[in-house]
Amino acid sequence: MAGSIDHEIPLSATEDLQSLPVLGKLHEWVVTVDHKRLGIMYIAGGLVFFLVAGLQAATIRLQLAFPDGNIVSPQVFNRLMTVHGTAMVFLVGMPILTGFFNYLVPLMVGARDLAFPRLNAFGFWLWLFGSLLLYFSYIAGDGLYGAGSAPDVGWFAYAPLTELPFSRGNSTDYWILSILLTSVGTTATAINLIATAFCMRCEGMTLNKMPVLVWLAIVVAFMMIVALPPLSAAQAMLLADRFLGAHFFDTQAGGSAILWQHFFWIFGHPEVYILVIPAFAFASEIIPVFSRKVIFGYSVMVAASCGIAFISMSVWAHHMFSVGMTPAGNSFFAASSMMVGVPTGIKIFNWLGTMWGGKLRFQVPMLFSLAFLFQFLIAGLTGIMLAVAPFDWQTTDTYFVVAHFHYVLVGAIVFMIFAAIYYWFPKVTGRMLSEKLGQWHFWLFLIGFHMTFDTMHFSGLRGMPRRIYTYQPGRGLETLNLIESIGALVQGIGVLFFVINVLRSLRSGDIAGNDPWDAWTLEWSTTSPPPEYNFATPPVVRSRRPLWDLKHPEDPDWKYE
Amino acid sequence: MGDSNSKIPVSSVFDPVSTPAHEINVIALFSIGITAVIFVIVGGLLTYAIVRFRRHPDDDDREPPQVYGSNPIEFAWTTVPVLIVLVLFLTTARTIYQVQAPTRPPDAISVRVIAHQWWWEFRYPDLGIVTANELHVPLSDRQSPTPTFLALESADVAHSFWVPRLAGKTDVIPNRKNEMWIDPHVAGTYLGQCAEYCGTEHGLMLLRVIVEPRADFDRWVAAQKQPPAVDASVAHGRQIFESTACVNCHTIQGTAAVGRFGPDLTHLMTRVTIGAGVAMNTRDHLRVWVDDPNVMKPGALMPAMNLGDKDLDDLVAYLATLH
Amino acid sequence: MAAAPTTIATPTVPWSETLPRKGRVGILALILTESVFFSIFVVAYVFYLGKSLAGPYPKDVLSTPILNTICLLSSSITIALAIRSLRAGAIGAFTVWWFVTFALGVEFMIGTAMEWHKLIYHDGLTIRTNLFGTTYYSLVGLHALHVTIGLLLILLVGILTMCGYMNERHVERTDVLSWYWHFVDAVWVVVFLTVYVIGR
Repeated sequence: MAGSIDHEIPLSATEDLQSLPVLGKLHEWVVTVDHKRLGIMYIAGGLVFFLVAGLQAATIRLQLAFPDGNIVSPQVFNRLMTVHGTAMVFLVGMPILTGFFNYLVPLMVGARDLAFPRLNAFGFWLWLFGSLLLYFSYIAGDGLYGAGSAPDVGWFAYAPLTELPFSRGNSTDYWILSILLTSVGTTATAINLIATAFCMRCEGMTLNKMPVLVWLAIVVAFMMIVALPPLSAAQAMLLADRFLGAHFFDTQAGGSAILWQHFFWIFGHPEVYILVIPAFAFASEIIPVFSRKVIFGYSVMVAASCGIAFISMSVWAHHMFSVGMTPAGNSFFAASSMMVGVPTGIKIFNWLGTMWGGKLRFQVPMLFSLAFLFQFLIAGLTGIMLAVAPFDWQTTDTYFVVAHFHYVLVGAIVFMIFAAIYYWFPKVTGRMLSEKLGQWHFWLFLIGFHMTFDTMHFSGLRGMPRRIYTYQPGRGLETLNLIESIGALVQGIGVLFFVINVLRSLRSGDIAGNDPWDAWTLEWSTTSPPPEYNFATPPVVRSRRPLWDLKHPEDPDWKYE
Repeated sequence: MGDSNSKIPVSSVFDPVSTPAHEINVIALFSIGITAVIFVIVGGLLTYAIVRFRRHPDDDDREPPQVYGSNPIEFAWTTVPVLIVLVLFLTTARTIYQVQAPTRPPDAISVRVIAHQWWWEFRYPDLGIVTANELHVPLSDRQSPTPTFLALESADVAHSFWVPRLAGKTDVIPNRKNEMWIDPHVAGTYLGQCAEYCGTEHGLMLLRVIVEPRADFDRWVAAQKQPPAVDASVAHGRQIFESTACVNCHTIQGTAAVGRFGPDLTHLMTRVTIGAGVAMNTRDHLRVWVDDPNVMKPGALMPAMNLGDKDLDDLVAYLATLH
Repeated sequence: MAAAPTTIATPTVPWSETLPRKGRVGILALILTESVFFSIFVVAYVFYLGKSLAGPYPKDVLSTPILNTICLLSSSITIALAIRSLRAGAIGAFTVWWFVTFALGVEFMIGTAMEWHKLIYHDGLTIRTNLFGTTYYSLVGLHALHVTIGLLLILLVGILTMCGYMNERHVERTDVLSWYWHFVDAVWVVVFLTVYVIGR
């Protein structure tokens, strides 16, 4: 039905692979520079760490299910919460999201690979090394008997807790080094994405005709390039403090603990947009297809994303409202933080406009996308509440903020990662994921998510700070925490269904064909999976939805754009 | 601690008894109101769209009309949020200045708060007294307030002073002087705790603020100014205290102990809890604590002194006289 | 896709040539990220001016590195001349300008080493002495590290030239390297102004 351009293509490279012995296949994967394989490796690696860090979260919730908890010691708890946060950001969010861009951007622009394939491979292996280094810290140093040397300073590692007198041993050094390494890999990917989108588009694809996902990949890549260096610089400074006797954050020598916070959050705030904008990108591809309508307001979507990127560079100190900035400083960051909500809201309205008047199909990718819309709306609104600096003085560093950012990280980002997996899994593997198992996955995860994170807003408002390894009875926190912990269990079961779905479908899922969803961007014109070279002849496009034009020659997009 | 805690109302952000917390409560409810309305409208539209525009089973699968965008609509749903943001910002800025730039009456109480890993030191410079973990302040009348101004310093890493019913939190950061103020107008005990991760026992760095009518507060101050009574029956315990490493960290007025690393113990028994709120201040708990603080607060910086049972009993008997 | 209607008139410029070159875009992206990285160290330097608890202080021990600066900034000119020669196919001229660039860069490193020797052994200023020492050595050292990397790459190209492998087909990539070198020089302008002009 959908027009396919590759009628007589030879066996795809992955099919050639079937005939090789195991060692040969492994070798192929290790030496590959193919963006598709590297993308798969990023995503697969990220999913593995998702399970590990998820188990860490489950342990945290077990400890906090009851007051005066003693499942784990405070030392172990503090390592759990640090590594959970660090891993989820750098070992799960970043690789999965960049893995998707890795896979999709060349296909969507009609290219054969990214601009710098070897740099791509270099970035991946550097990321993997850094990731393993973080978890290696658990068995390094004192080994398991001394609870190892896993970092325990919180994922944002405030000074001077991270300085030598307060952080003995090498746990903080593992935190620094693993992130420095993964950041180099991420920066390499960012450079690659920018060069690809600007220099390797197929004929007819002006910047104005790129899919929204590619635009947002460029935006994210620029943000990475600008936002990662402050973190790396601050970490290099911390290394100098810890190993060379420097005094960057040494308060006893006149150094400033606040300087670390500024540097960290100048990275940290854009970082959360780096994590969420890919979710926007997936939504902007999936929602139109399952609404059977073109995205509403393409230019506005792109402009709003650029606006978010710019404004998000000016809001960082809303993480620091309680450090004692001047009223003028607090007011400025309150204003900028509220402002960033405007383009964000516009995007939600445009997705709504896309659905409006459409014919909505509720297959699993769309279910996750619809949940994303509601949940991201709520997350954005609690974000606006937090931008009200005085309210933030009560809620920052409490479970209210933990609820807010998990609403974004899980409710928006993880939900869209699942949506993207269900949507593009057929293209990547040639097989469909099971709708039925997908429904179990979705509903269980949805219910568990709300049990945990809706409730969590209230424990913060009742005086529960974050990063506490236990709480006392009689503070009005018991019931809330128990519900939150049960919700975590429910989410875990949902994820179990997901894992089963993936493993079974890899072996015996329905054959997908080129274009199972009746979609419109170039990746659906190749076979599933695509051949190693993507396109036998480079495509020529005339509009933002080349396959729509092919399928509707009487009413092509280029008449209206 | 459960029984004691249950007698104290929950430290809810929405149950303020002091002006900073009141101001915050007002703007919190205002912004929650605005966001709730937005949620109902946008969520309602989303729900409507999901129901109204779902594909019907007997649909002919023809593509619906493709709508590429609409500039007037984009303009409208940009303008409205900008206006909302403007209103919200103006009210926010006003509250910021109200809370952060108060006028300080001449008879305000001054307290130097020094945060340590993992306890709170309170010094009243004008009154010449020192205590730990439990902050006593006078009741403030709404008509003629007597607020308490807290100067926040840290002896080691970053902490944060948070008692939700009294004020928003303010961080306590080494090499930096922060200030906050409270003027509670309802007597009682208010619970709080450190709200900036500060190491192993961040979770049990608890706070109590005891708000008393002026007369009671003055009585408490007077009692704190007295040196502790010397009780001959516990002389052996006192001797153990003064000859062991206790004196390196603790101060007890009238003795050789002038250490500043740990809490001032001069009036230990006037405190309701020990270990920065980890347990009620009873003889049994005191014994467990002194024997090995790590039992109640793993990672606490106070070492176990490895005293024999007899010495431990005598020492605790001495400490129990420190009213 | 060949069946899809293409543009009405045949374009005069092939599509691929309307797109920017990926080498240039890549090096620009790298320069952007490195600029932000340096900026953080500059911010730290400026933030800590006047905050050292004890000396030595900048005005006591810093002397303006005029010769180093002239050499390094001139090397931007010589490397540009080298690229121009290579583009024209004049490998001999290219080789000369290329090695002059290398020599100027090496002089800069030697000058820096001499300055640091004086600071450490005569003035007692190390990275751990005070905030000035911390921020000075990290900022100037970070720049010197980038100069070193540049010099190694320039040396590599120099060796390839001496072995007869370089010709005008390689001008694009060599130009990309020269852009990195220009960046390193531009950073020196900022570092120079911050440390030796504003900071004193």
